[in-house]
Amino acid sequence: MTPLIEVRDLHFHYEDGTHALEGVNFVLNAGETVALFGANGSGKTTFVLHLNGVLHGEGSIRICGIPLSKETLPAIRAKIGLVFQDSDEQLFMPTVIEDVSFGPLNLGLSAEEAMAQAKAALEQVGLDHALNKAPYHLSAGEKKRAALAGVLAMNPEILLLDEPNTFLDPPGTNNLIQLLKSLPQAKLIITHDAYFAAAVANRAVFFEKGKLVAEGTVREIVERFDWNYPDFAADLRYSAQRRF
Amino acid sequence: MHHVHVDAWSRGASVLHRRDPRAKIVALIVFLVVLATTPPNAYVTLGIDAALLIAGILIAGLPLASLLARAMIVLPFSLTFGIISWLAGDRWRAIGLIEKSYLSTAAVLLVIGTTSLAVLINGMERLGAPRMLALVTQFLYRYLFVISEQAQHMRLAAQSRQGDPRVHRQGRFRAAAGALSILFARSYHRAEGIHRAMLARGFKRQFPLLHTLHFRSSDAIFACLTAAFLILVRIQ
Amino acid sequence: MHIPDNFLSTPVWAAFDAISVPAVAMLARRASRDLDESRVPLLGVMGAFVFAAQMINFPVGIGTSGHLVGGALLACTLGPAPAALVMTAIIATQAFVFQDGGVLALGANVFNMAIAGVLAGYLPIQLWGRGDRRKLAVFAGAFLSVMVSATLALSELLISGIAMPRPVIWMSFALFAVSALIEGAITVAVLAAIARLNPSFVRKPGSSSGRALAALGSAALVLGVAGFMIASTAPDGIERLGAQLGLTSKTHFHAPLADYTVGFLESSWMRRATAGLAGLLLIYGVCLVAGRWIGRQRSA
Repeated sequence: MTPLIEVRDLHFHYEDGTHALEGVNFVLNAGETVALFGANGSGKTTFVLHLNGVLHGEGSIRICGIPLSKETLPAIRAKIGLVFQDSDEQLFMPTVIEDVSFGPLNLGLSAEEAMAQAKAALEQVGLDHALNKAPYHLSAGEKKRAALAGVLAMNPEILLLDEPNTFLDPPGTNNLIQLLKSLPQAKLIITHDAYFAAAVANRAVFFEKGKLVAEGTVREIVERFDWNYPDFAADLRYSAQRRF
Repeated sequence: MHHVHVDAWSRGASVLHRRDPRAKIVALIVFLVVLATTPPNAYVTLGIDAALLIAGILIAGLPLASLLARAMIVLPFSLTFGIISWLAGDRWRAIGLIEKSYLSTAAVLLVIGTTSLAVLINGMERLGAPRMLALVTQFLYRYLFVISEQAQHMRLAAQSRQGDPRVHRQGRFRAAAGALSILFARSYHRAEGIHRAMLARGFKRQFPLLHTLHFRSSDAIFACLTAAFLILVRIQ
Repeated sequence: MHIPDNFLSTPVWAAFDAISVPAVAMLARRASRDLDESRVPLLGVMGAFVFAAQMINFPVGIGTSGHLVGGALLACTLGPAPAALVMTAIIATQAFVFQDGGVLALGANVFNMAIAGVLAGYLPIQLWGRGDRRKLAVFAGAFLSVMVSATLALSELLISGIAMPRPVIWMSFALFAVSALIEGAITVAVLAAIARLNPSFVRKPGSSSGRALAALGSAALVLGVAGFMIASTAPDGIERLGAQLGLTSKTHFHAPLADYTVGFLESSWMRRATAGLAGLLLIYGVCLVAGRWIGRQRSA
């Protein structure tokens, strides 16, 4: 089976010369959900922006077997959808329905078809009551779901999510976890949240200074790089004992 | 922010709310032109115009007192010039200025209270406004409150760290300039992020059109009858 | 500076609507060169930024503070034509959303602030924005952008016949001049801060398209100066000028009120024409209602 994402030796540096990515190799197969860990500035978002051609580095990228190039960009953007960290950057149209229809319309669907697909996507995320609402009036959780709907409406095969549970409260995060688990697409999720990752992902990778340095299960990566909060409950019990 | 209320007004479901924005724009323009060309002492005409506005406000289910109060925003300007005109001997102009500018403002409020701005801009575009201008205005409105909130937070943060406001005026001036430059940079980066989000969902060079406006015969009837009524009342 | 409706006489607001419509259409076409709409987010967000920026207080004196208007700042960061388009969007939003400025008066307000103001403001920057006198050029540009808009507004009001005794005119000018100076100071400070964050945010003036716009800017400046000179001979000069051109909406400064006219709508052919138009609209409307009713009867 062809991997959905195949990245070989990806290099990228910014205009001022800073190296953002150095020789990244990565593979994503159908049905997988991979968590992407790493410190801030380690290149996670930069890497993900290469996968749909927003940034252009050196190296080879194949999406669903198609090599990424200027000519194949439209086809690739139909197959891989990116949910940005800031929902306000993603929901830029005046109403939810106009925003979710943006993607399908760009794919060449007629207005009726685009609207139908948009409505279906909004039903999938549970926002079919919010069609004509302005994004400003949505809660953080609703905005994230609307952004996801905007991507789902294009029927992609791969979902990329950049720290999706930022700004979400615990119920919002739980809803998101349930929603993501119900989606059949392969997913690559940038996150700092070990618990969130453990709930949705079956594999994890770790970025460090522009390099992909480790792969494994979520638990392996978290333990190896100490990528979690200390056990506060245990600390509190210990300090309470000390006082008495 | 007061506009939160007007924004809420525009989400009603009355007969007026459901009219196509193009019909409402045409009716508004006719109203404003008729009003502009009405002599200030034509009390019957002005009275009927005012009555029509009030009827519209009631039919739309908008809070009458709030709307009439909000329309008073033009009064400082018109009262100032009105008083100057009155004192210069031009009494009718003074009266005309005050009564007509108030009615115009109320009319605009009625339209904006029954039409969300996004829909209004769509309507103007279909009536011939340049597409680029319509798109820029849509985006401006979309991010107006987001960025204003950011500015508010910066103001609060600055105020929280402020000592005696009488000292360091120059320092505060420079701090305000610095705050604006940061707001500028954040806005610029936000615009870049939006552009990336557009590209990610297949944007090539032009925004796609989703035809959400449908001009029905009820809209035509509304526009024609309102316009005819206003013109006939004017030329009596 | 935003003129509400019913301040300007009909010929004045109508004339400026007629001027602004093609002018804005041209600006819109320029901004979307080759039908490329990818700059829309930047222009829209910058417009929102200017709106938000107007909330920030800049302390300037005993208990007073100034605010940024933004025309010159936009011109220095986006270029003069996109800046004018963004200002147009701002003025339109202010008129409808905040009832700041009239709807029929949009043509005049857009001309004053978005077109003449921005272009006149860009002129010094185009000429001197590169060299050592950069800061002075920006200050002069911001000053002019406010001064020219305000002067034009004042002239339009006077030509429309709004009474303004001399002291009031001079006081208005003084206030405009103060706002213009504040705008200069704020614009220089903010632009310097922006350039410190990232030099590429500030455009390099003197590009090829600049020359045509500089010419327009000069025209705007001349208009502004002319407006100043006219206003300074007011009210008598203005009255005479307005009356001669048939622009004023009254016959004489201290006229008795019995004969109050409102310009061309009172001429007989115009009256008949509008009556005819109203009649046609009424008939059309009635036919639509009847047609709908008949259609409903048939399908029932």
